[in-house]
Amino acid sequence: MFKLLRFMKGYRKQALLAPLFKLLEALLELLVPLVVAAIIDKGIGGSSKGYTIRMSLLLVLFAMIGLGFSVLAQYFSAKTAVGFTAKVRHSLFAHIQSLSYTELDRLGTSTLITRLTNDMNQIQNGVNLTLRLFLRSPFIVFGAMIMAFTIDTKSAMIFVLVIPVLSVVVFGIMLISIPLYRRVQLRLDRVLSLTRQNLTGVRVLRAFCKEEEQKALFAQKNGALMKDQKRSAKISALMNPLTYIIINAGIIALIYSGALRVDKGILTQGAVVALYNYMSQILVELVKLANLIINITKSIACGNRVQAVFETTSSLTFDEIPAIREIPVKACKNGVPYVEFDHATLRYQNAADDMLHDLCFTARSGEIIGVIGGTGSGKSSLVNLIPRFYDVTGGSVRICGNDVREYPLTTLRESIGIVPQKAVLFAGTIRSNLRFRKSDATDEELWTALRLAQAEEFVRKLPDGLDAPVSQGGKNFSGGQRQRLTIARALVGNPGLLILDDSASALDYATDAALRRALATLPQKPCCFIVSQRTASLMHADKILVMDDGVLVGQGTHEELLQTCVVYKEIYDSQFKKEKKAASGSPQPEPDLDDWDVGGEFDRKEGIRV
Amino acid sequence: MKKGTWKRVLTYLGKYRIFLFLSLVFAAASVACTLYVPILIGRGIDQIIAAGEVNFDALKNYLLSAAIVVGVGALVQWIMTTINNKITYEVVGDIRRDAMNHIQELPLSYLDSHAYGDIVSRIIADVDQFADGLLMGFTNLFTGVITILGTLAFMVYLNAGITLVVVLLTPLSLFVAKFIASHTYSFFKKQSATRGEQTAVIEEIIGNQRIIQAFSQEDESLEQFDEINERLEACSLQATFYSSLTNPCTRFVNSTVYAAVALTGAFAAMTGAITVGGLSCFLSYAGQYAKPFNEISGVITELQNALACAARMFEFLDSEPQPEEPADAYTLQDVKGNVSINDVCFSYTPERKLIEHLNLQVNAGQRIAIVGPTGCGKTTLINLLMRFYDTVSGSILVEGQEIRRVTRASLRQNYGMVLQETWLMEGTIRQNLIMGKPNATREEMIAAAKAAHAHSFITRLPNGYDTMLTENGDELSQGQKQLLCIARVMLRKPPMLILDEATSSIDTRTELKVQDAFARLMEGRTSFVVAHRLSTICDADRILVMKDGNIIEQGTHTELLEADGFYAHLYESQFAATM
Repeated sequence: MFKLLRFMKGYRKQALLAPLFKLLEALLELLVPLVVAAIIDKGIGGSSKGYTIRMSLLLVLFAMIGLGFSVLAQYFSAKTAVGFTAKVRHSLFAHIQSLSYTELDRLGTSTLITRLTNDMNQIQNGVNLTLRLFLRSPFIVFGAMIMAFTIDTKSAMIFVLVIPVLSVVVFGIMLISIPLYRRVQLRLDRVLSLTRQNLTGVRVLRAFCKEEEQKALFAQKNGALMKDQKRSAKISALMNPLTYIIINAGIIALIYSGALRVDKGILTQGAVVALYNYMSQILVELVKLANLIINITKSIACGNRVQAVFETTSSLTFDEIPAIREIPVKACKNGVPYVEFDHATLRYQNAADDMLHDLCFTARSGEIIGVIGGTGSGKSSLVNLIPRFYDVTGGSVRICGNDVREYPLTTLRESIGIVPQKAVLFAGTIRSNLRFRKSDATDEELWTALRLAQAEEFVRKLPDGLDAPVSQGGKNFSGGQRQRLTIARALVGNPGLLILDDSASALDYATDAALRRALATLPQKPCCFIVSQRTASLMHADKILVMDDGVLVGQGTHEELLQTCVVYKEIYDSQFKKEKKAASGSPQPEPDLDDWDVGGEFDRKEGIRV
Repeated sequence: MKKGTWKRVLTYLGKYRIFLFLSLVFAAASVACTLYVPILIGRGIDQIIAAGEVNFDALKNYLLSAAIVVGVGALVQWIMTTINNKITYEVVGDIRRDAMNHIQELPLSYLDSHAYGDIVSRIIADVDQFADGLLMGFTNLFTGVITILGTLAFMVYLNAGITLVVVLLTPLSLFVAKFIASHTYSFFKKQSATRGEQTAVIEEIIGNQRIIQAFSQEDESLEQFDEINERLEACSLQATFYSSLTNPCTRFVNSTVYAAVALTGAFAAMTGAITVGGLSCFLSYAGQYAKPFNEISGVITELQNALACAARMFEFLDSEPQPEEPADAYTLQDVKGNVSINDVCFSYTPERKLIEHLNLQVNAGQRIAIVGPTGCGKTTLINLLMRFYDTVSGSILVEGQEIRRVTRASLRQNYGMVLQETWLMEGTIRQNLIMGKPNATREEMIAAAKAAHAHSFITRLPNGYDTMLTENGDELSQGQKQLLCIARVMLRKPPMLILDEATSSIDTRTELKVQDAFARLMEGRTSFVVAHRLSTICDADRILVMKDGNIIEQGTHTELLEADGFYAHLYESQFAATM
């Protein structure tokens, strides 16, 4: 938690002024019992009305100055707490953006969301209360003790005894309740993730009529949360009664010993009343301090959890000063291959086995590289190495002869157009989504990309065209439309390297073919990786990489592989068997009819209008 | 709105009225003890007049009584707090449970059109804030009110004149508190709304962090986040600062009252109307009398905040649930798979028409392939068949029963659904597989997994069928997830199937086997397949060619080719393009 204090920078002045003004206000409060004692001894004892009135006015004056101090303190502390939290939230958000896939896998989305929302609110609350009360309360407690010493040393000894006992109780209860509170938070996280799950999986859950079961499951997790909340509250509930007993025991002792001292003529009656008032003040402040500590405990727990996220750093390593090198959009000089895998090996964190084992191949500009293989064979992992979503654990991946780790990460990623497996769009407009790769892309560029991705037609039909709103996740578009938009998104800005990670699966063959033809016409002649499970999508590729259990078992053209690669042949046969059975002459691939563009002026036979 | 919110909160509290009553009783007892102690102490002080004038016997008596009262007071207070905790956490638990139950009752149209993050924030963060407010409310509001009344009684008993001073001045404290509270409510509401907005953005960006990074959108998303973050900072500052003014202002009023009591009390003591012990008791009362006002005002702001949160929560709870099933809803039985769609019209928004006058007769066991361009209404048809959405007009009959007149559960139980987007719940693989058939034996489950070609990869996982999946099974590949989804349906063997592009991301080597398994599964079962694959389409008993929400052609593959219409044209061009 304390490491988070670095975010206080910029609020140091306010963070100091807030407790300072609080202390000044507290100082005035400490003087009140002395004034009252004076009223009792000199005013009442001396029957002086004038003195009494003057002293009473002094009390009012104290109150007014106190008000001024405390308004200032409240302002400074609110300003600090809110500003500090906004900064932490900003930095945490930025930090999460810097984590690599490995850390994101480990931390999990719902945890990160809790850190950014609930935990931040707790921290803000904690900082605010700390600034206002954390100094003030101990100050009044010890101040009261010191004032007691100025009145009577022997009576003050009771303060010396009471304060440690109180502290033991207060801090003891606090220490016991911290782990309990942590459990409560854990339970709350579970309830949160269950709630999310019920929203994301609503269709499946309803299809399986799981409504009642989910209600029961939630009731169970919610019940566990409630039980832990009550348990931790039970301990905290001891705080007030115990401190009340201790402080009153102190008062009783104080008055009895005071009586002995008055009897001997050492103290006045007014002084005893003043001591009594100081002791009472301690109680009020300690109750505040106790409540404060509970709140701070919560906040510190939240702060530690946030700090833990900060301490999780990207497992990607960078050169101190990355050799700032441009990645050429067109082919590299001297015939160096655009992409080269040199004995690249990848083992995921905590995994027992290599995900990718000793891959070697090259890819040139203008080439289409097909990647094919079964589920879990490592196709996606292979392409994930190029933009450094994961780093190799052995060997290297090179672009234009340089290790990808030598480029600045943004340069690297900005030079690659990626179409991820999952077609996700972001809230905004079509334009804002398409400008992901190039924030200043012109409408013309966007339409070109849409045309290439076979998305022009339906976007043209939308009433707002490029300004058509996209809701969170792109939920207002169908799966096929989202898919094409994500392809268009990758094409904007003419990247030198394209990666289609099994993303054409929802495209029909005609679109697929048109897309491939379109890619060939791109002026920058990109090197293009297409991951697919369909041989038909890849048979025209310049080179096909065949993956099996993380090993590159074959590379070459379709014809070559049919001759040399058993795995490839097996895949091919499985997909073309049906048509062979039909004995209709030459083997026919199995087209995917999902995205027929039936309506409209677009003529498929002409392929694409570039 | 605010009044309505209060009423709702009170309804939730109603269940705990016995505890509420006990809490009140213990609060009264605890306050009585707290108030009696200063009187006993004050009397004790009166026994200490000056050197040689101390009555030790009486003093000892008073102090002993004080000790006993303190002990009892502490005990009673502890019991009260425990009860309050119980009430608060259980009420909050009840609200959360209701919210969750409500999610299950909400129509898909609501869930599809609201950001998940916002709903989650209402159920988790808002309810949490509400709990804090409610707890503070209980602990401080009850005792506060009783303390005020009790103090008043004790003060009148001590000296009516000084009491009058206190009574006349303290309402100022209330007034100040109320003034501040009424002004901060709107700030809190704004803060709450901005937080919701921010949570929605966080959900979106952090939830799709991988894509953000793939496109180096870190800076842009940070910018978007910062814009809201700054707005939140501004309105948070307002809410925090203005609400925190309550304490200093009321404390000022209290200090003034304290000074007035000191003055009038001293005058009264000079005339002998009150003893010095009485005055010290009065001063301690003046503090105690004012303190509850202080606390109550703090509680009121906290409650305002809590109410703003509760209001957002109730707003969610009040969203229209899906229409209740009619009392005489029929339970579909012995479904063979006859489905008839009669003149169905449907659209998500009235402005954009989608499906119009759709008619379709499906006989038991038929396989229906649905093909057509994106946005032609394929997935909408699924939404209607499953009753995720209700038709605007027209009717859908299953076995001659209008589906709006049968129970949703019995309708959905007769369908097996594999959606394009795989979704797995948090839990073990086994739990996921037996979702549709909780009482399945291990053998049945393994048989289904084998049929879906999921068995071999499952057994290779660290804990086999007992491997825990996190939310949405991120540790599995897309294809593996798909296999699990298929196995899930395999186990259930419903009479009707809905398959939405189900085989699209399964690895091709097993795809054929899976398709065979599907064919076996589909045998004798009515199935609606949003089709990708030519083989699926060719094997279909009927192909529906959809365009703009309507079925423009239907028939078998051969029939359609012979008809030489739309389908035939597209089929040709499709092949031409591939070759």
